[in-house]
Amino acid sequence: MKKIEAIIQPFKLDEVKEALAGIGVDGMTISEVRGHGRQKGHKEVYRGREYTVDLLPKLKIEVVVGDARCDELVKTLTAAARTGKIGDGKIFVYEVAEAIRIRNDDRGDAAL
Amino acid sequence: MKYLSLLTVLPVVAWAQNTAGLQAKVTALEAATRSAQSAGDNAWMLTSAALVLMMTGPGLALFYGGLVRRKNVLATMMQSFILMALVTVVWAVVGYSLAFGEGTPFVGGLRYALLNGVGSAPNPDYAATIPHQTFMIYQLMFAIITPALITGAFAERMKFSAMLLFMVLWMLIVYLPMAHMVWGKGGFLNAALGGRIPCFDFAGGTVVHITSGVSALVTALYLGKRLGYPHEDMKPHNLVISFIGACLLWVGWFGFNAGSALAASSLATSAFVATHFGAAAAALGWVVAEWRRSGKPSVLGAISGCVAGLVAITPASGFVKPFPALLIGFLAGILCYFMVAKVKQKLGYDDSLDAFGVHGCGGTLGALLTGVFATAAVNQGFKGPLGLVDGHPGQIWNQAIGCAIAWVLAIVGTLIVLKICDALIGLRVTASQETEGLDVSLHGEEGYILEA
Repeated sequence: MKKIEAIIQPFKLDEVKEALAGIGVDGMTISEVRGHGRQKGHKEVYRGREYTVDLLPKLKIEVVVGDARCDELVKTLTAAARTGKIGDGKIFVYEVAEAIRIRNDDRGDAAL
Repeated sequence: MKYLSLLTVLPVVAWAQNTAGLQAKVTALEAATRSAQSAGDNAWMLTSAALVLMMTGPGLALFYGGLVRRKNVLATMMQSFILMALVTVVWAVVGYSLAFGEGTPFVGGLRYALLNGVGSAPNPDYAATIPHQTFMIYQLMFAIITPALITGAFAERMKFSAMLLFMVLWMLIVYLPMAHMVWGKGGFLNAALGGRIPCFDFAGGTVVHITSGVSALVTALYLGKRLGYPHEDMKPHNLVISFIGACLLWVGWFGFNAGSALAASSLATSAFVATHFGAAAAALGWVVAEWRRSGKPSVLGAISGCVAGLVAITPASGFVKPFPALLIGFLAGILCYFMVAKVKQKLGYDDSLDAFGVHGCGGTLGALLTGVFATAAVNQGFKGPLGLVDGHPGQIWNQAIGCAIAWVLAIVGTLIVLKICDALIGLRVTASQETEGLDVSLHGEEGYILEA
């Protein structure tokens, strides 16, 4: 099993959700996060006082899938979240040791 | 012959009877007219009093509350709100009397202490058509908002207990004497009721805005900067509530300025128009200046400009025509922007919410320009030419003296008050309270509980 963790532009969420639903991925966890990579922040001015905001709002999507589906999912997610500009975000893929469904003790792929 | 003379007398008798009836009718009509005018004026003045209270709560409380950091929103709003209560009590006990009772040229006497003699009969010296009590409650609303304006300068770092004492003493030492000098019968600067130096201040440029703005600066300097200023992030936490507050201030200001005509008269209309025009032009002035200098026209800039214009037009509102009002507003928008965005940064003092930059500077500008643009064509309540445009340049000098007295009284009075509070209670919260935020550390509450 693999866990795909994607940091994306917040406004891309709907497109990503639709694309993932389109390939049959129906579970995900989403959180609002702040961070920055190479994208520069922006400037805000309040009554002449300047503030540089370098931590920008992003969304983190976490999905766990079986090994066989990992490449397809990453491809779909990348295509859906891409604008081609700096700030599109990153995808990280992790090995997952075990998955357990709390309701009935299903394990492994069956729990996904 | 006998009958003939009787014939000539008869119509005279009838005529005399007629005039007696007519006289009674005229008297009744006069009384009815007076009562109708009084009803109209009283309706407007009570409405105005409510509008001016609305400026403090929620107007100013929201405006200031949005500009502080999230951890201090309640403490900041509480400062405005508690003044609505505290000043009312001071006003009832001695405040009204010290401002409006006859006394020395510099402070009123005690004839109205405990509101003695302040009832439904009008006080013809101040407002002949409304109950004295209406006049008293209307003036109270000014006494409430003035100290509340100062709270912007010491926001996020002053002890609540010290603030309460500060405000009571400040009323007694600064506000009430200044109000008496400008508006009280026999006051030193009173233009209408026998002052030595007639200074025009229709709705409180000197009494409200210079005193509060200058005292704000003194307090900010005395208290020192907030921890972490200026390198730490101190962005306004909620400009949406500041926006609502500023809009309430704009509307409430119609009560403040147009109400200062003390009647539902054409002068009230003129002041209403001038007030609106001043606010509009100042919002544009600030936005244009900011847009040119920092590249973007901000919402905070627009609402700050509007308040600056309302401040500047306050002393002038009952004396100037609409176009001078536009000009005064526009100049105030630009001047206050540069005071807040440039001069404050250069000098490095921490007037947290710019009470001085907006009220001190806008108030002084407005008071001086009143001497330029005041005209008898707008205000017929005075003899002879009023300002420079009427051919009386000397009025600018009178206005300058009024401003100077307000500045000196504010500086000296506030320093005395601060020294007393510092010695008795101590002014600042502890560093850990300041870091934690005043909402939790002083009031035991939080403004926003997102998980609740």
